[in-house]
Amino acid sequence: MTLQPIMDGLVNGSIIGLGAIGVTLTYSILRFANFAHGEMLSWGAYLALTVSAALGALLPGLGTPIGPFSFGWSVPIAMITSMVLTGLVALTVDWLLFGRLRKAGSAQIILVMSSFGAALALRNLLEFIYTSSPAYFTNALQISRPILPGLRATPDQLLVLVLAVIMVVAVHLLLTKSAAGRSMRAVSENPDLASLAGIDTRAVIRMVWMLGAALAAVGGIMSGVVVQIRPTMGLDLLLPLFAASILGGIGSVPGAMIAGLMVGLAEAFTVQIIGAEWRAAVSFVILVAMLLLRPQGIFGKAAA
Amino acid sequence: MIDLLSYGAFFLTMALTYAVICLGLNLQWGQTGLFNVGVAGFVAVGAYVSSILTTPAIDGRLGGFDLPIVIGWLGGGLGAGILCFLLGALTLRLRADYLAIATFGAAVVIQLTLLNLEGITGGPFGIGFIPRPFGGLAENPSLFAIANLGVLILLVLVSYFALQRLTRSPWGRVLRALREDEEAAKALGKDPVTYRLQAFAIGGFIMGLGGAAQAHFIGFIAPDNYMPTLTFQVWTMLIVGGSGNMRGAILGAVLVWAIWALSGSLVASVFPPDQQARAASLQIVLIGVALCLVLLLRPYGILGEAGTVRAPLRRALRRDLNSHSEGQKTDV
Repeated sequence: MTLQPIMDGLVNGSIIGLGAIGVTLTYSILRFANFAHGEMLSWGAYLALTVSAALGALLPGLGTPIGPFSFGWSVPIAMITSMVLTGLVALTVDWLLFGRLRKAGSAQIILVMSSFGAALALRNLLEFIYTSSPAYFTNALQISRPILPGLRATPDQLLVLVLAVIMVVAVHLLLTKSAAGRSMRAVSENPDLASLAGIDTRAVIRMVWMLGAALAAVGGIMSGVVVQIRPTMGLDLLLPLFAASILGGIGSVPGAMIAGLMVGLAEAFTVQIIGAEWRAAVSFVILVAMLLLRPQGIFGKAAA
Repeated sequence: MIDLLSYGAFFLTMALTYAVICLGLNLQWGQTGLFNVGVAGFVAVGAYVSSILTTPAIDGRLGGFDLPIVIGWLGGGLGAGILCFLLGALTLRLRADYLAIATFGAAVVIQLTLLNLEGITGGPFGIGFIPRPFGGLAENPSLFAIANLGVLILLVLVSYFALQRLTRSPWGRVLRALREDEEAAKALGKDPVTYRLQAFAIGGFIMGLGGAAQAHFIGFIAPDNYMPTLTFQVWTMLIVGGSGNMRGAILGAVLVWAIWALSGSLVASVFPPDQQARAASLQIVLIGVALCLVLLLRPYGILGEAGTVRAPLRRALRRDLNSHSEGQKTDV
């Protein structure tokens, strides 16, 4: 028994956590389970890949690795660009689909169903453009270094952890301290009352999409840096995202992150103890256990 | 001519297996408003249970009980029905979309189980030599095709009339009442969870039955047949045909299967072999967009719900039409 699963679990858990924040925000503010959110991670990764490849072709100097990391400055620049672009993708889908359904007063479940259709279209569009073969940001190999006895990590993995912590703290502060965050929480509590109080619900909805998609893009890029980029990466992460957002309690940002880390750790230990082929079942087991024992989640309020 | 006839019979038989699955989904969604995202999983359970029950014994794999096909089909239906019952019992008391998430998860785990439990499911290679109805007629292809088509037509008719009796009974009225106005139905003493659970399990049974019939018609099953795309196809069939309408479900199945098969052969003939995987993904994009368009523009599908109270969908569209295009009459 080594400590290694802890590192792998924390890295994957950070990626799941970042994605789950988006799921939990759309769930608590737009009030539906968005099956297309996983695709935001894939789109974020592929958009960053495209930008970084274009930058690398224009300015080859950006491709040289920064310090101990496997990638050059093109990847951080591409990440910022991709956060904005992925946000625009989410806004476009909302404008084309979800917004129209909301306006038509469609039932919540119709939104869920349309998100399912949107997910398939978005995923297969990626597969059409980039083909199904995996892609990488760099071909550089990284050697993992010992940190503690029995625990090794690559610099990239440590960067993922640090970046995830920074992101979560930033989002948490944004939601709890800023005026924009207050209006988001108000709409989540009671949309009618919030709009009566003069809060622009549409602006809040736009912000939710931008924020959720940008975090998903970061998660997808991280997954691309430490693992690889595939069109189905979002689909494979979707169940862990749902499990984490329900485990953390719908609407809770720190809850989503902590639950994401828990799901990641549970997956890593399952791989270690039972075998890698059952990894995808972990999220389902967690989900079922939560729905049986505490459907409002660890950090959620009662009456889910 | 004979070729065309047996191809037609083959095509229609395949479409009708989807029609049975669609009828099951219609009971869950169209009549009761329960969103099942794991259709592929339940279809797979039906197919595998039936195959394990009816195939001849093989070394290294459990099953091969060599039982009659009818028992296999019933077993497949029961397997899927029981699974639906368990998932429903877990989630129906909670928020509506927890059922969606749980069924999605169930489909993922079923797929994983099919791949990993090689001793039961044959792993990635699946199960072959599944007995076909009228296997004795196989020397005469067109007669064999017609006989299979006959079996499927019979299965669709039996499911259709059984479900029609159910949905027109007082039990079916309670389901629709619950879907339309839960509070009012509760005030009349109807427990929503019990009724929904029954409908979800019966719908799962029909879905499993369709999956079993499909497995016996193709003669070979593997985990790859039960990817999320299948769920999506069945949903598109139901939505296009008209949810809440059983004739719509059957029509949608035949129509969408025809579009799918035609566009598939179009892809195969237009694109060079190395580009076909890419083109096939474009095929799914187009159908995904089509599903969203139907949801946006014609949420009751081609036929719409037949002779019952208005669906929430219908109310939504009416409101939409009234506000956007006044004077246009909606026939609801």
